Order: sequence, then structure tokens, then C-alpha cells
Amino acid sequence: MSNWDGVMILAETRGDSIHPVSYELLGKGRELADQLGCRLDCLMLCENTHASAELNYYGADTVYAMCSESFKHPEEGLYKSNIVPFIQERKPGIVLVGATNFGRSLAPRVAAALHTGLTADCTALSVGADGRLVQIRPAFSDNILAHITTNSYPQMATVRHGEFSAPPRDPSRKANVIEVPLIALQYAQSAIIGSTVRQARDIAEADVIVACGRGVKSPEDIAIAQRLAELLGGQVGFSRALVDAGMADASCQVGYSGVRVRPRLYIACGISGAPQHLAGMKESGTIIAVNHDASAPIFGVCDIGYTGDLYDILPRLIKELEAGL
Amino acid sequence: MNIIVLIKEVPDMERVRFDRARGVIDRISSEGEINPLDLWALQSAVDIKNRHGGCVTAMSMGPERSIASLRDAFARGADNCILLSDRRFAGSDTYATSRVLAGAISRMNPDLIICGEKTVDGDTAQVGAEVAELLDIPHSYYVESIDSMEDSGVVVTVSDICGSKQQRRMKLPALIAVNRSIAYPLLPALERKLESISLNVQKMGISELSGVVGENDAGLNGSPTKVSKIVIPDIVKRKGKIFQNDGSDNFINAFKTAVQRRPGHE
Repeated sequence: MSNWDGVMILAETRGDSIHPVSYELLGKGRELADQLGCRLDCLMLCENTHASAELNYYGADTVYAMCSESFKHPEEGLYKSNIVPFIQERKPGIVLVGATNFGRSLAPRVAAALHTGLTADCTALSVGADGRLVQIRPAFSDNILAHITTNSYPQMATVRHGEFSAPPRDPSRKANVIEVPLIALQYAQSAIIGSTVRQARDIAEADVIVACGRGVKSPEDIAIAQRLAELLGGQVGFSRALVDAGMADASCQVGYSGVRVRPRLYIACGISGAPQHLAGMKESGTIIAVNHDASAPIFGVCDIGYTGDLYDILPRLIKELEAGL
Repeated sequence: MNIIVLIKEVPDMERVRFDRARGVIDRISSEGEINPLDLWALQSAVDIKNRHGGCVTAMSMGPERSIASLRDAFARGADNCILLSDRRFAGSDTYATSRVLAGAISRMNPDLIICGEKTVDGDTAQVGAEVAELLDIPHSYYVESIDSMEDSGVVVTVSDICGSKQQRRMKLPALIAVNRSIAYPLLPALERKLESISLNVQKMGISELSGVVGENDAGLNGSPTKVSKIVIPDIVKRKGKIFQNDGSDNFINAFKTAVQRRPGHE
């Protein structure tokens, strides 16, 4: 029997706020901890503890906060140097990290330092008959679901934002925040010498996506999709074909080999639906597809489809929205 | 400037078929290729070499047939190619893979290690950071530009960490994973392509790596994670309402209803 027990969530903070994936992980972490009959801890590295009790309201028994100015601009080396000794001392059986950009870069660094396993982008987590964490993740363009177990401790996994739902906030839960001193004050090998807040939004977090595929012929035509996205408060995405053709930036490529998205509304314009594209968007809430080819695979995953000319129908949709529906 | 580029051979995900009955990829349905995202890593290494001088080594861990991808890397500008291949490496998870790569790299004293954003078959993006940790060197992911390169360090721009674009100065050696703003991958030159056919790819297995990779560090033995079960999910089809050309008014009405539906009001 190992002496590693308890569930620990690594929270992500941005200034005074907490990334919502942290609450989603607390919800799942609470379930796992209740099943295992163990504690649910949360570790946050932050500039200040303003928001830390929120983590209790969403399910953490104890919040451990390491506060420092130096966490203002996140850097993996410094974070790792503080997180790893803390984990070695607390010995949680399970550590969950949000698969944000930072989490995807930090978690493997921490796991390797602990010489333990890490399972990326889990879509389900449960406790097996032997008490081990069963980590389920899709693989090969979602063709299989792999059930993965880790035979070392802690058992570590990352989960994307939006995969689990956040539990209801319960302010009657006890705020229990313990400030812990930093273990490493600096990481000499890497320094952040500049930082600017990004204007462009991350397509993975868009609520509505209007996606363009091969059926969109020219860069000028993308403006039509852009207008539609704008009216719906969304963003424009692209299939691999348009990115490869140099018509769009790779950061907006939807698909298994680009960004995997699950917005509330996904409108596919002139996208036939290659398997790798479908694997990157088929979890979306409502899917609307417009394509001239009635046999296009995209129609197999859509809720509402239109077989016809997108140059005819998109301007009409725009007109309807401009008229205020 | 000595640069190692980590590449992986993957199936062509646009073409590959999946054997649903057996739960494995039908490798015959598609030839392997360099993980597409690694082409940006390779090109950025070649660009650095062209500007600052030095040597680019393409390194891959995989079965014997991955030599084809290393030949391709040579044709695209790598100076040397190394294949880490051994039956005892099979079944390695990201940690065990990183152990082997880090072991091989530790013998080579590179200034910079470059990898792609992620692989399109595994999609974990874990190996880069794990290799960096095992080598005890700094790393940055999402690198969109290399702003300066000196013996003392490299300055890079990281496209998006916690909603911010960062500029970082890292001491060398360092590891970076680059995104697709870093370079314009060029097609291989015909001359180098021809040369690559007779290229002698250096191969290393457990015995060549003795001292840095132990028998139990790689393969299934060295992997802390195990696949305990594979489930083939049902293909989820949606029974969509499809409107034809002549039903455009009905389509527009359905569109309007869908757009007005807000979360929680369904």
C-alpha cells in the first residue's frame, strides 16, 4: 500500500482571477476524493490570495497558496521548482492539471521531475476496483478510447477546459487557505523580459465558430464568414486546406492536427469534413453545415445542414442577423 | 550552434484507415511521414544554421522504418540523422520515450533542441518538456519567433501563456517547441533528395546507449503509464435536418432558431 493519498488540483491563476478549468477540476476532484474517502487539496501559485477562498467554495478542503510577485509572468522552471518539493512532501495520490497552454507545458515538466506518468487531455476519470485512477483519453483521431492507469505516484493527468462542468459555487463551505512559503525564489536558467496581453482570442475558448473550408475560394471571401462570426459574437476558424494554402493563420486551424474546439455553435462553411477535421469539432453544441456536395461527411455530424451555394446563403443569413433576427 | 531537432514518424492522418475490429491503425493504408508539425521545427533549425553556422542533427526514436523520415529530414536540410531504435524501446510512453531521447542527447552537447508543437498521432505535447526536465535545461513551448541567438542565451517570443505573449531569455542549452509562425518550411531540394537515398543513418539501441539508458528505463518496463483497455467508441452520428437548395427559407428559419437558443434554455 502506498503512502500517497489524497487528490490535489493545481489551480491556474491570471492576476486576481482563477481560470475556470480549476473549478471544473475541483468538481471532478471532489467526486474522486469522496469515492476514495480522502482529502481534496488545491495548490495555487499566485501574485495574491484575493480569490483563493473561491477554490474552497468549489470543493477544495484546503487551499495551499504560494504568493509572490515572481508568479506574475508564469514560467515553467520556477513553477516546477516550487511545485515538485511541495508534492513530494504532501504526497497526493492524484494530481490534476488544467490542459491550458501553460498547463500543457508545465505538467510534463513536473511529472518528469517526479519520475511519474502523465496522461494528457483526459475526457473521463474514475476510480478502478483496485483504487487506481482510470484515465480515459481519445486517441488516433478519436477512433479509440484508451483506458490508462499509472503505476507510480502521484498519478497525474491533464484535462481540457470545458471537458467537465464546474460544480455549483457553495459559499457556505469553509474558507481554508494556508499560505506556504516559496521553496525556490528564482529560476536562473530562464527569465521573462517582456510580456504583453494578447489581443487575439484563443479559438479554443470561442463560444461561436464560423469555420471556412475549401469551398471558400479567396481571402476576400473569408470576410463574409468574418462578418457572420462578428454578428454572432464568435470567431472564424479554418480547415487545414486553407491554412496549408496560406489563406489563414495556423492558430485558427480547427482539427485534430490543429486546435480542438467545442463551441456552443459551430457553423461549417464549405467544409467537406475530413476525419481529422471532424475529430476536432464534433463535440460542439449545435453544428450547422453548408456545403454544395450532399455526400460530404460533414452532413453526418451536423444538426442542421444546407446543400447549396454558400455564396448565396451566407449573405442571406447575415442580412437576417443584421435585421436583428 | 549545434542544434538537435526531434522528429517523429507518424501515419498520414488524412489518409490512414482505422481497423475498428482490431482497434489498431491499418499501417498499410498509409505510408509514414514526418509528423507535419515537425517540419516547422526542422526549418527553423536550418534557418538558424544558415544565419549563425553550426550543425543540425535530426533525431528520431521509432521502428526501423522511421529511417525514411530521417532521409526526408536530411533532404530538407539536416546535416546528420540519428535513429534510436531497439525492440526494447517498443511500447514506451512519453516518460520512457523522454528517457531514451534525453539519454542520447546528453552525449551530444547541443546548444539548442527544437521540437514541433505536438505530434498529430499522439497529441500529448509532453515529450519536449519531459526531455528538458530530464536534461535539467530550460524549455519554452509555443515559440513563434527566435529574436536573438548568442552563445550565452537565446531570446524567444512565446505566443500565448495565460493570455499573454511573453519574451524570454533562456540560457543555453535550452529546448523550444515551435509553432507554425516560426518559419516557412521549404520543399526538399532535388539534389539533397537524391543524396539522401544513400545516406548512412546512424542507429543506436540500448547497447549503444549503455550508461545513459538502462534496460528498465525504456519500453513497457520503463513506462509508468499502461494502457489497460482500449474501447472502440460508437461512431456518433447526428440525425441532422438537411435542407436542399430549394428549401433555403426553411434552412434560414432553422438557423435563426438555433442561433437564438442560449445555453440553459434548451
